[in-house]
Amino acid sequence: MKRIHGVLSVLLVAIFLIGAAGCASQPQADGPKTLRVLAMQQAGPTPDEMNAIVAKFNAANPNVTVEIEYVSYDALHDKIATAMSTTPPAYDIVLVDDIWYAEFAANEYLLDVTDRLDANMKTNIFDSAWAITTVNGKTYGMPWLLDAKYFYYNEAILKEAGFDAPPTTWEELVAMGQVIKEKGLVEYPIAWSWAQAEAAICDFVTLLEGNGGKLVDEAGKPIFNNELGVKTLQWMVDSVESGVSNPASITYVEEDVRNVFSQGKAAFASNWLYMYELAALNAEESQVTGQVKMALMPVFEAGKAAGVQSATINGSMGFSVVGKSANPDAAWEFVKFLTSEEIQKEYAAHLLPVWANNYEGDALTALEALNPATPATVPMFKEQIPFSKVRPKVPYYSEGSKALQLALQEALTGQKTAQQALDDAAAVWVELGAK
Amino acid sequence: MSVLAKPRKTLTLARQEIRDGLWLLAPSMLVILIITVLPVIFTLVLSFFDTPLSNPVPRDFVGFGNYLEFLSSQQFWQAIWRTLYFTLVSVGLELVLGLGIALLIHARPPGWNFLRTSLIIPWAVPTVVNGAMWRWIYNADYGALNGVLLSLGIIEKYQAWMIDPIVAMNLVIVADIWHSVPFIAIILQAALAGIPVELEEAAAVDGANAFQRFLLIRLPLLQPAILVALVVRTVEAFRVFDIIYVITSGGPAFGTVTISYLTYLESFTYGHLGSGSALSFLISAFTLVMALVYIKILYRPENRA
Repeated sequence: MKRIHGVLSVLLVAIFLIGAAGCASQPQADGPKTLRVLAMQQAGPTPDEMNAIVAKFNAANPNVTVEIEYVSYDALHDKIATAMSTTPPAYDIVLVDDIWYAEFAANEYLLDVTDRLDANMKTNIFDSAWAITTVNGKTYGMPWLLDAKYFYYNEAILKEAGFDAPPTTWEELVAMGQVIKEKGLVEYPIAWSWAQAEAAICDFVTLLEGNGGKLVDEAGKPIFNNELGVKTLQWMVDSVESGVSNPASITYVEEDVRNVFSQGKAAFASNWLYMYELAALNAEESQVTGQVKMALMPVFEAGKAAGVQSATINGSMGFSVVGKSANPDAAWEFVKFLTSEEIQKEYAAHLLPVWANNYEGDALTALEALNPATPATVPMFKEQIPFSKVRPKVPYYSEGSKALQLALQEALTGQKTAQQALDDAAAVWVELGAK
Repeated sequence: MSVLAKPRKTLTLARQEIRDGLWLLAPSMLVILIITVLPVIFTLVLSFFDTPLSNPVPRDFVGFGNYLEFLSSQQFWQAIWRTLYFTLVSVGLELVLGLGIALLIHARPPGWNFLRTSLIIPWAVPTVVNGAMWRWIYNADYGALNGVLLSLGIIEKYQAWMIDPIVAMNLVIVADIWHSVPFIAIILQAALAGIPVELEEAAAVDGANAFQRFLLIRLPLLQPAILVALVVRTVEAFRVFDIIYVITSGGPAFGTVTISYLTYLESFTYGHLGSGSALSFLISAFTLVMALVYIKILYRPENRA
């Protein structure tokens, strides 16, 4: 009896250990490879289009399986960061936001591809696109999604209020908003994405740059708490108090803004390019189809006087190969394919190309005729993108951004004055920079 | 001579069973060691180092630096107070409501069986689904809360509920209560069913009214069950994370950042695994103190089942 027990327990331990060992089997060097891709749900090609791109890639690379996982933007950073602490990492290719490149480069998460770029890429992709994936002269991925926030307005509401043209300054917008409110057309004329998330920073930078301000100076020191920063934040607070801005903006991210605007409950909105097709043309998603127009992002009178014609946030992303990937070469091939001129041209319906030569001559005509949205989005993209501002490329951006989000919300909820809130956030930035 | 001096090698039956038992337990103990004890020890080690998430190996030793940094930071204490508020209010209300529901079911009104079964539903809903549901209910533009209050004439127009940090915290508490009341109700209802009817009948004969019978007979006999429910729910509520992540993401203005949410921000958003580990241990310390307080207050020898 005793012996049987002993044998039994040894057996159980052995089974357990074999099971554990089985989980850690390594991928083979040759033969079929699996590339795991982490992407985002919100903007860019639909999953169906992505699958079609993968199918094309597989035609030339039959032994590579590509598995794409989609998460929301707000989950993407933390998902990448946690995946990177294991070897081999859970993903071979990740979609990286502009603001994370400095942090990920400092942590050596991404493959340095500087020497893998060819001349065609270097000359024909927008310089502003390379700025996204390049940190301190080294390139860590292929730019893929070139986006900025655009100014949307509901033409029908404006006409009813007696306005023929959209506002060119934020002061004008407030005046028009008051009229729209008084006439009872909508209760809160503009909706913003000011939730405690990166979305709030995007709107703040848009407004701040339109006032002639900046988040940081040339040396990387925070200056968002100077007079311009305080004035900008105070304008945000005042616009909520006067009811021109929807007070629920404090809880909104971009999708909430889209919902409110698409229901006809806002006359103005600031959002990424993806909203145009959904709000202006898609009757299943929108009650205001046919009324939606885009215009150059307004600025403040002070900014205009200082020569700022328009200002908006640059929210671009790139695809990068994970440094610890078991199949870096195959992964790089897929990233190159995904961002190639040919594929970008073909699948431009929900994602405008990063290739400058796609916006010239016949290519431009073809691009504008691609789908019902592109006649409006392509010219607007060309007009607005030069005024898009990137956020600081600092390794502590995620933490600094959180401090600034807190400051914006503290001022908007009346817990601190604009000056006090921004001063506190600037102190955090200085401390982070000194670490 | 010498044969007699040597003790017998054969073990007694009891000892033999213990030894065999240990052998049989070894695999599961090994599993527990690997998935529970080792990570806890590793986390403890990490908490004494300045460990980045990107490369989670202990490097720069900082001693109690991570702990001291938090104990002297305003953000930490604000999060602790918020968490205590969340815990006290949600567990307190859950206990009152849970007890009420348990008494209602115990009285067996018509349809009590249906009531008892449907009670499981909120508890069976996963927390994330529950959070997503309440987020829609609270939505400023098309939420059910606005719809109900408007049709009752309580509000004149739709309100943005989640823009005030204090309101937001209380609404998250409501969502948590809806989810967790069934747990307490079910435990207490089971305990109520175990109280002998004779006790109450005897008290009734002696002239005790319903309230006296509840206070002097049912409540003392329910104490062990209440203790179990309280300890489990307090520990759970103190570590609340998922419902907050889904409903508010800590906003507005950090108004719903509890201590677990702060740990998440510290470890995964900011990438400071070392200080995140230290925070986890601080949470454990707080939880342990609370559990000890409960046991001291409620777990008297006469309550032992």
